[in-house]
Amino acid sequence: MRLKRILTLLLVFALVLTVLAGCGGQSDKGSGDQAQQPQEPKEKDIILATTTSTVDSGLLDILVPDFEQKTGYNVKVIAVGTGAALEMGEKGEADVLLVHAPSSEKPLVDAGIVTNYQLVMHNDFIVVGPKDDPAGVKKAASIEDAFKAVAAKKAIFVSRGDDSGTHKKEVSIWKTAGIEPSGSWYQKSGTGMGATLNIASEKQGYTLTDRATYLAQKEKLNLDIMREGDAALLNIYHVMQVNSQKFEKVNAEGAKAFVEYMINPETQKKIGEFGVDKYGQPLFIPDAGKTMDELTK
Amino acid sequence: MEVYAEGLREAIRLLVSLDPQVMDILARTLRVSGTATLISIVIGVPAGAFLALRRFAGRNLTLSLVYLGMGAPPVVVGLITWLTLTRYGPLGFLGWLYTTKAMIVAQAVIASPIIAGFTVAAIQSVNPKIRLQILALGATQLQMLLLLLREARLGILAAIIAGFGGVISEVGASIMVGGNIEGETRVMTTAIVLEVSKGQTELATALSIILLLMSFLITFVLTLQQQKGRSAQ
Repeated sequence: MRLKRILTLLLVFALVLTVLAGCGGQSDKGSGDQAQQPQEPKEKDIILATTTSTVDSGLLDILVPDFEQKTGYNVKVIAVGTGAALEMGEKGEADVLLVHAPSSEKPLVDAGIVTNYQLVMHNDFIVVGPKDDPAGVKKAASIEDAFKAVAAKKAIFVSRGDDSGTHKKEVSIWKTAGIEPSGSWYQKSGTGMGATLNIASEKQGYTLTDRATYLAQKEKLNLDIMREGDAALLNIYHVMQVNSQKFEKVNAEGAKAFVEYMINPETQKKIGEFGVDKYGQPLFIPDAGKTMDELTK
Repeated sequence: MEVYAEGLREAIRLLVSLDPQVMDILARTLRVSGTATLISIVIGVPAGAFLALRRFAGRNLTLSLVYLGMGAPPVVVGLITWLTLTRYGPLGFLGWLYTTKAMIVAQAVIASPIIAGFTVAAIQSVNPKIRLQILALGATQLQMLLLLLREARLGILAAIIAGFGGVISEVGASIMVGGNIEGETRVMTTAIVLEVSKGQTELATALSIILLLMSFLITFVLTLQQQKGRSAQ
């Protein structure tokens, strides 16, 4: 009797397992089905490695579904820092990259690891900090002088410290300022922009941020804009395909479709309108077709 | 205090309105962690029984490794799974990275040692005389095993609860191998991480409350199951 009952239990258990496993299979198919409508791309999945700001600001929540609907591809957005995204590109682990560190991107372009390198949009970095501006960042003559003032005063500065595009930009400013920041005032958060802003707000420190993430969280932060508009603070986003000649598993067609979508006039218009309803100003300025020289002038 | 209150209000609103996005994430969380737990039971219980009952060379070493695995940091498991499943990694041809399959694999790796370890303890704490008695009554090896498992069911259910609790609360491995992709691999814990980094603390708090509530309900049902047998005795 007992044995029978145990056996029944085991049987029920096995059934549950099969049903659950079955569910898994079905819903996987389900998500693929929606993508089938327009046409049938051979290889549907595209891995997009990108920076956290495009996701945290909400831009990709608008663009990716639109792209998927128009082309039938299924985009897997992996939001990491620009450094990690470029690393994924270098190893052929991603198909297409949307990143914002032109000086780090250049070696990949030169080495032919990425192709179809296209300027998409820009916004700007800003320095935010406590309202009373203890280090006098606002009245500094240049962005380098502002950073020098923070270091001289040993005012708290929260760095991303994660090799992201924003972190790379910050490091380059310290470098031009001729300072190697270290000490208890220079704190590395090791997290994304949103979390770093929270830390800076709690500790009443300065930080370098992209404008989009700051605007998206402004209401919850106890931080004001300290510096904006310096030429060095331009934040430029490029999209590029990972070279399928070098990595055979790269979905070249999908990557090409995504690059083309990003620089398409209709998409560019969407980028320019994004955020206007909520913040009264666009978070990104569309730039397709322009050159870097035109932007940095 | 305001933050908690707002989080609670948001949680209730999301639950009452059956917010489709939250329900989708909730269903996926259950499916991933449930499947991973079931796989871990299939691996962990027999492995635990074997380790508890058999004597063989290297048994203590194996046992220590299982106990070590019980405390394996999920991010480390995540990293190893990630490296194994990347396109150019050893199992890259499966194409599982950034799918729920990869998350199930990572979570099963996390939960299996937990379930195996507790199963060993549960079976070994059954009075050894019972084993002799069962054998003396002429039971076959399989019958004896099933009866022993039955005797140890309290501990084994505790093992399952611990294993499930371990994976449903885990975030490091899931975000690494799943990628936190909306509509595909986003589960409760990874959604909470994202909302915090977006600065949406109310939503993050609400999701946390929902996750806790769900874990509690499941644990409660399992506990009822566990204690039912007990009060009858």
